[in-house]
Amino acid sequence: MELSGAEIVVQALQDEGVEYVFGYPGGAVLHIYDAIFKSQAFKHVLVRHEQGAVHAADGYSRSTGKPGVALVTSGPGATNAVTGLATAYMDSVPLIVISGQVPTPVIGSDAFQEVDTVGITRPCTKHNFLVKDPRLLAETFKRAFHIATTGRPGPVLIDIPKDVTDPNVTVSYEYPKSIKLRSYNPAQAGHLGQIKKAVELVTKAERPMVYTGGGVIHGEASKELTELVKHMNLPITQTLMGLGSYPGTDKQFLGMLGMHGTYEANMAMHECDVLLAIGVRFDDRVTGKLDQFCPDAAIIHIDIDPSSISKNVRVDVPIVGPVKSVLRDFLRLVKEESWTGNNQLQQLWWQQIETWRSRLCLNYDRNSSKIKPQFAIETLYNITNGELYLTSDVGQHQMFAAQFYKFNEPRRWINSGGLGTMGFGLPSAMGVQLAHPGKPVACISGEASILMCIQELATCKQHDLPIKIVLLNNGYMGMVRQWQEMFYDKRYSHSYVEALPDFVKLAESFGHVGMNLERPQDLEPAMREAFAMKDRLVFMNVIVDPEENVYPMIAMGQGHHNMHLAPERELA
Amino acid sequence: MRHIISLLLENESGALSRVAGLFSARGYNIEALTVAPTDDPTMSRMTLVTAGREEVIEQIKKQLNKLIDVVKLQDLADGPHIERELMLIKVRAEEDNRPELMRLSEIFRARIIDVTETSYVIEVTGTGDKLDAFVAAIPNGLITEVVRSGPSGISRGAKGLTI
Repeated sequence: MELSGAEIVVQALQDEGVEYVFGYPGGAVLHIYDAIFKSQAFKHVLVRHEQGAVHAADGYSRSTGKPGVALVTSGPGATNAVTGLATAYMDSVPLIVISGQVPTPVIGSDAFQEVDTVGITRPCTKHNFLVKDPRLLAETFKRAFHIATTGRPGPVLIDIPKDVTDPNVTVSYEYPKSIKLRSYNPAQAGHLGQIKKAVELVTKAERPMVYTGGGVIHGEASKELTELVKHMNLPITQTLMGLGSYPGTDKQFLGMLGMHGTYEANMAMHECDVLLAIGVRFDDRVTGKLDQFCPDAAIIHIDIDPSSISKNVRVDVPIVGPVKSVLRDFLRLVKEESWTGNNQLQQLWWQQIETWRSRLCLNYDRNSSKIKPQFAIETLYNITNGELYLTSDVGQHQMFAAQFYKFNEPRRWINSGGLGTMGFGLPSAMGVQLAHPGKPVACISGEASILMCIQELATCKQHDLPIKIVLLNNGYMGMVRQWQEMFYDKRYSHSYVEALPDFVKLAESFGHVGMNLERPQDLEPAMREAFAMKDRLVFMNVIVDPEENVYPMIAMGQGHHNMHLAPERELA
Repeated sequence: MRHIISLLLENESGALSRVAGLFSARGYNIEALTVAPTDDPTMSRMTLVTAGREEVIEQIKKQLNKLIDVVKLQDLADGPHIERELMLIKVRAEEDNRPELMRLSEIFRARIIDVTETSYVIEVTGTGDKLDAFVAAIPNGLITEVVRSGPSGISRGAKGLTI
């Protein structure tokens, strides 16, 4: 088949089974947009800013496991996409971002809308390509999808100069069926000897603990994880990125760990004697002070990425491999040993955990006349039966949502964990809603975060995306204010968001429904009403207690056992 | 500790900047780096000298291996190996200095490869230590210019770094 470069771009995406492309046209991608105009290969979603395109593709990917695709023009189109790429890279999300580039003969001449896109995106992509010949396009797309979706997933950028998509130059096209790269061979299974060592440690442990992260979700290993944890009656905690891969409502689940983790999860980490870490990267927000991290534990680490192992924390039993197959082997070996459990010790350990749990570290003032942000999330949880696809922006509302919305399934909790990108919530919700038509999708946000990508309300209107935005409006950049209160003697330097818009009018001006909610008793009926509007985007501006803080909290440079609890529950 | 790491890289544009970018982005120390195509024109061979605690070196190797363009990696410090570095050195060589410079060149098995009325260019090959010693042996004030290639390394024995 003879195709132009522009047609190859469209055809390759179709051959990869792409459903949605999130994009924004411009000079360098006009040939591609013309080919899209003539094709029915996929649905194109016009965003209002390239950052929104990449976040939307990201939300699509996180909620489905399939790669997300974005298309942007050269220069500012590409630089606007960088935040989205870095966000996806930090959280290992498979994306294909296609950027236009100025024609090859003028590359390097500071041409109009020229920027060194592969140079700029090199540190925030898993890999990137500059394609200088239309004959190389098909294979490059195959490579890009292969690299993005295998091993530890990540975003891949393909930069295509305008002349390479010239409609008057055609080349023969055949999409490669498979591809093998001599320089890229991710592990296919874990080392059995290492898994045996790990099984021995866990079966003999007196105080075992499981700590899992986003890798279990990317590795589609929720079922295996749940089976193992249930079979061995292990306590489990999860990172912000790992929530949902083990049922959040189960009694063996101790809640999230880390800086804003629960008392019981962090104390169990501190006191455990064997730690089984699965698909995690020992992020500083999780570990706290490194030399006080799990001081008595032998650490087992299962991860597909060898460079995650012993990067921050020394590991005793490293296992490199896909978590799904490693966990299968692990459980098989446990069953072969006809291990029946260490009842007495496990009972003592569980008793200890229940003592920690009985502190009810997430309790808050339920009789407040103001809406507490925790109450707003609990209400959201209750009226949606915990079945939401919930995206989040970054800050206090994100932590409250992670603490109070219990996810029983993976790929339901979509947020920017590693990069902490304010503005992620709304555009990512667009991708989630498109991937799951008819399903309830909500975005939890703050009045500071939401304004960073507010223009996407127009995209939601154009594409009829009935997202429910729950804005926890405290008039502050809440997390910044909290740190200023705790560590800067309440000097609230530039953390008050002045001159806020009237959010109801703002939503209405974009053609959506807006609600102001100020009293606790109004919350539930209003949320029910909002979710009953199945074909409308509803923007709920929830005025919450402006000075509520997120607790528990481990201050920077402290160990897991040094938690601040909410003042009324502070340790004696 | 000093480590000398050999890499086979895809001979793609940008492969060198991926390696260099990795070192700057992660704050790793890089002492020397040489790179050129091999007998297989699709691949380049890089020799990279770095230093750091063992945990850091371990991370450097893992991060390098993670780059898509890195085909193979070997830490030459893991076994017996040979290192050679090329130096070109331009010296002031007037009548009264010439015998001494020629003697030194002979002792260090260096070669004089350019001569003018007032200068020599001398080529020396060897380990970094030998080149340091040669530079130190040149009488004060005679050195005009020094160019060093950075070391290239290869393991001893029959086994090679191939794919």
